[in-house]
Amino acid sequence: MQFLGLGILTWITFLPVAGMAVVLLLGKNNAQAIRWTAAVFTGAQLVIAAMIYLGFDRGMSGVNTIEGFQYVEKVSWIDIRSFSWFGNIRIEYFLGIDGLSVLMVILTALISFIAVFASWGIEKSLKGYFALLLLLDAGMMGVFVSLDFFLFYVFWEIMLLPMYFLIGVWGGPRREYAAIKFFLYTLLGSVLMLLAVIALYFSVSVLDPATGEKVHTFNMIAMMNPANYEPGSILAGVNTTWRYMAFIALFIGFAIKVPIFPFHTWLPDAHVEAPTAISVILAGVLLKMGAYGLLRISFPMFPDEAVVYQIPLAILGFVNIVYGALVAMAQTDFKKLIAYSSISHMGVVILGMAALNTQGVTGAVLQMFNHGTITAMLFLIVGVLYDRAHTRGLNDFGGLMNQMPRYSAVMAVAFFAALGLPGLSGFISEAFSFIGAFQAFRWITIASTIGIVLTAAYMLWTLQRVFLGTLPDKWKSLPDINGRELFTLVPLAVIVIVLGVYPAPAIDLMSSAVNTLVDVVNAHGATALIGQ
Amino acid sequence: MLPHILESTKLFYPELALSAAFCAVVLADLVFRGNRTLTSLVGMAGVLVALYLVATQAPGEHSAFSDMLAVDGFSRFFKIVILASTFIVQLFSVQSAELKSRSMGTGEYSALLTALALGMSLMAGASNMLMMYLALELTSLTSYLLAGYTREAEDSAEAALKYVIYGAVASGMMLYGISIVYGLTGALDFYSVNLALGAGDINLWTLVLAGVLIMVGFGYKISAVPFHFWTPDVYEGAPVTITALLSVASKAAGFAMMIRFFRVTFADLVMGGQGMGGWAILGGFQWTQLLAVMAVLSMTVGNLVALWQNNLKRLLAYSSIAHAGYMLLGVVALSPEGISAVLIYFVVYLFMNLGAFYIVMLVADKTGSEDMTAYAGLGKKSPFIGVAMTVFLLSLTGLPPTAGFIGKLYIFSALIGAKMIGLVVIAALNSVLSLYYYVRVLKSMFFKDAEPGGAAFGISAAEAALVLLLLIPTLLLGLYFGPLVEYAQASVSMFGIPR
Repeated sequence: MQFLGLGILTWITFLPVAGMAVVLLLGKNNAQAIRWTAAVFTGAQLVIAAMIYLGFDRGMSGVNTIEGFQYVEKVSWIDIRSFSWFGNIRIEYFLGIDGLSVLMVILTALISFIAVFASWGIEKSLKGYFALLLLLDAGMMGVFVSLDFFLFYVFWEIMLLPMYFLIGVWGGPRREYAAIKFFLYTLLGSVLMLLAVIALYFSVSVLDPATGEKVHTFNMIAMMNPANYEPGSILAGVNTTWRYMAFIALFIGFAIKVPIFPFHTWLPDAHVEAPTAISVILAGVLLKMGAYGLLRISFPMFPDEAVVYQIPLAILGFVNIVYGALVAMAQTDFKKLIAYSSISHMGVVILGMAALNTQGVTGAVLQMFNHGTITAMLFLIVGVLYDRAHTRGLNDFGGLMNQMPRYSAVMAVAFFAALGLPGLSGFISEAFSFIGAFQAFRWITIASTIGIVLTAAYMLWTLQRVFLGTLPDKWKSLPDINGRELFTLVPLAVIVIVLGVYPAPAIDLMSSAVNTLVDVVNAHGATALIGQ
Repeated sequence: MLPHILESTKLFYPELALSAAFCAVVLADLVFRGNRTLTSLVGMAGVLVALYLVATQAPGEHSAFSDMLAVDGFSRFFKIVILASTFIVQLFSVQSAELKSRSMGTGEYSALLTALALGMSLMAGASNMLMMYLALELTSLTSYLLAGYTREAEDSAEAALKYVIYGAVASGMMLYGISIVYGLTGALDFYSVNLALGAGDINLWTLVLAGVLIMVGFGYKISAVPFHFWTPDVYEGAPVTITALLSVASKAAGFAMMIRFFRVTFADLVMGGQGMGGWAILGGFQWTQLLAVMAVLSMTVGNLVALWQNNLKRLLAYSSIAHAGYMLLGVVALSPEGISAVLIYFVVYLFMNLGAFYIVMLVADKTGSEDMTAYAGLGKKSPFIGVAMTVFLLSLTGLPPTAGFIGKLYIFSALIGAKMIGLVVIAALNSVLSLYYYVRVLKSMFFKDAEPGGAAFGISAAEAALVLLLLIPTLLLGLYFGPLVEYAQASVSMFGIPR
């Protein structure tokens, strides 16, 4: 599909960049115009996402064949073919989506749009704020639509800088510390990823159909085909030391983003210090990139290692679930509690994907989407309260249910979705993940279910402390949630309820891609295990 | 003999142009006393003419003046880097308030700068150990004088003196090393030394001693650890313009000379043509292991010490030591990929490092300070300068989509291609480490508020144009680097190396 000569994925990725340019051209004092520019451009992005949702062919598989991808755009970007001793280099502007990425594209557009409205109250250097927010949006979208590893890496890194500034300039009291910690952690992950990318690049070559010459390429799909690995190259073979090292390097890069224990310590700091809208983006979209990277890159490119590391990965998922929940229980800061609950919920994603069966991976991808919407709601809810009371201490509140009834109603949807109440979206994806994981590793899964109990415990305890009991005198004048805030929360609540009752719209999108992924990984993985 | 000299002279036009420009600057200074504008214009014209002559030189590999100088793709590439950075520094110098503070000897500055460019061009082509030494001395002597140019300032005089002492010791050791090689092989030009080493029967330990001594000279010139002690003090004390030039051009010349020396004399030319993979090494002297140690030390020490610096010139000095380490890794890979990676890195480094130094110069001229505190609130006072500095520093870190990323990418690729995983992991961790101190500058610019009552930070159109001249390539080469890579890969050819 094309529009004005450019592919639709180019539009959805670069519209925010155009929006950034417009914001930068506007006058510094033109606050209202800057806000609306951001709203219009992210709104247009959301419209394109809706078009993609409607036009997406549910039957196409994707994953490891280019024919299975949709909305593909492929243009030569850098083509160096000067010296035979270096091999020919090919970097392409190669975009496309399949069932694994389409939900993430929709999620990114949705969360970015909502984040703009959640940022309405920002006063300080408004122009810089929205410019950076839009750049961040473009980077996130680019990661989910890139199929060329070089391009993927560029988008992956482009996000770091806006995030650093958004936390560092507009954040809370310890913002500088949190911002640099985030920057250093993620850069550490991405340089390790870069090394794995270079090793993959050296090992994979395809024949150029035009000239019949061998060309080294960053094409991700070519990297998934074992036949493209040159014999004797660094990553050729099955279960070699080099392949384990490359897998682990990639894994650390993605694990830091998810974050998987023990790489998670940047997250609570970043969340607590970031402004509300940035926490929403961080939890809603950024964390998904790590999980998406594992599914899109680590599993299909290194199936032999993925199969070997299934159990360790599941154990890490278990640790995330239980550790995150236990630490969340000990928090007295509302935002920190949500941050740790995020770690716990992302553990479900890891557990589900480690199972490497249809139910598990479906649960994992669905949980990525659902966690994106539910946690975004939770952070918005904290933001609403903080804007009014200027404190996030859980023990400072009580009895808000009567004081802010509409607010409490929205809160209830998010809280019960987070603790996995049947009928809300969180339940479906957690159930799928646990069913899948139970088939693969029984005891780890049983142990992980403790997490569900713990989650219910800290969520209900929080609800009790903040919303029930007696209202302290100083909060007697707190106004209820306003129209703009409802506008950010209600669409998410609707999605949470609809997908809780009828998850088919989301599952249909991904099922053929998930099946293909599971087949590919298990088929290659099985030959690898026999070969040992 | 005469035809050979005439033939060689044709290859020597760029250097002749520089020599002529040097004389012209001195004459112009004599005739029009103290006309700073005129002398700098003459100097700039000379460098531009030389740049043009290098760029239009016929391709191919030649040797001039009885194997004294090699004129080949490799030397042309480095001469372009050296002359281009000299020209850019000449542009800086026209605007520098620091240089104007000195009223005496205004013509000297341009004359010395031209002479320095000549010395560095000779270093890039030197293929005889005597030529190597002479070119090194010409470069060093002019650098000493330039480092102490604002000698009324106390730290400038101190810098010059330190520079002289370190330089004298290093070049003395190098000369001693050269004399040992001569004693062992009976030859001074690289090709004959290579033949003699190939013939065998050389005492290994004597050769190692000579190699290490010569490496001291190189290490000093490229400011690699442990020969770096002069760097921070000289960089801090010298005028910013000279610091910028030393950090790019002088380092490039040192690398050019070092790579040619080791590549031609110690590589087995019969065994190792230009194929994938490493070259065979002659004479049993594993100089790459020494270089690898130097590279790791340079990166790690440079980055670790930079963490604590508050003076921007000093911070960039340590960062330049770290960058020398990354580039050394390209040499250690011992392959044409590695050498081309070094060439690519130098082009990228030219733009980003000169850009960072230029902004340090602008800030120092307007606020009178090179300290981190002078940068507080700069991003608000002048968003353009703030954003430009951000791009330069992130490029130095090696983040895409800036040019610095491409430089690192090719260095890392060369190492992974040579399966040197340990080194590449150390380099990658080092670039994470470096982020911390580059970001400290960003933090100061954007997170801190300016001191109340500070003057506005206005920049002129000429200053903005010069920033853009450096900023645009820094961004563009990060997104479209095909031509640069092709040119660099075509330029690894050296005279005397069979293809």
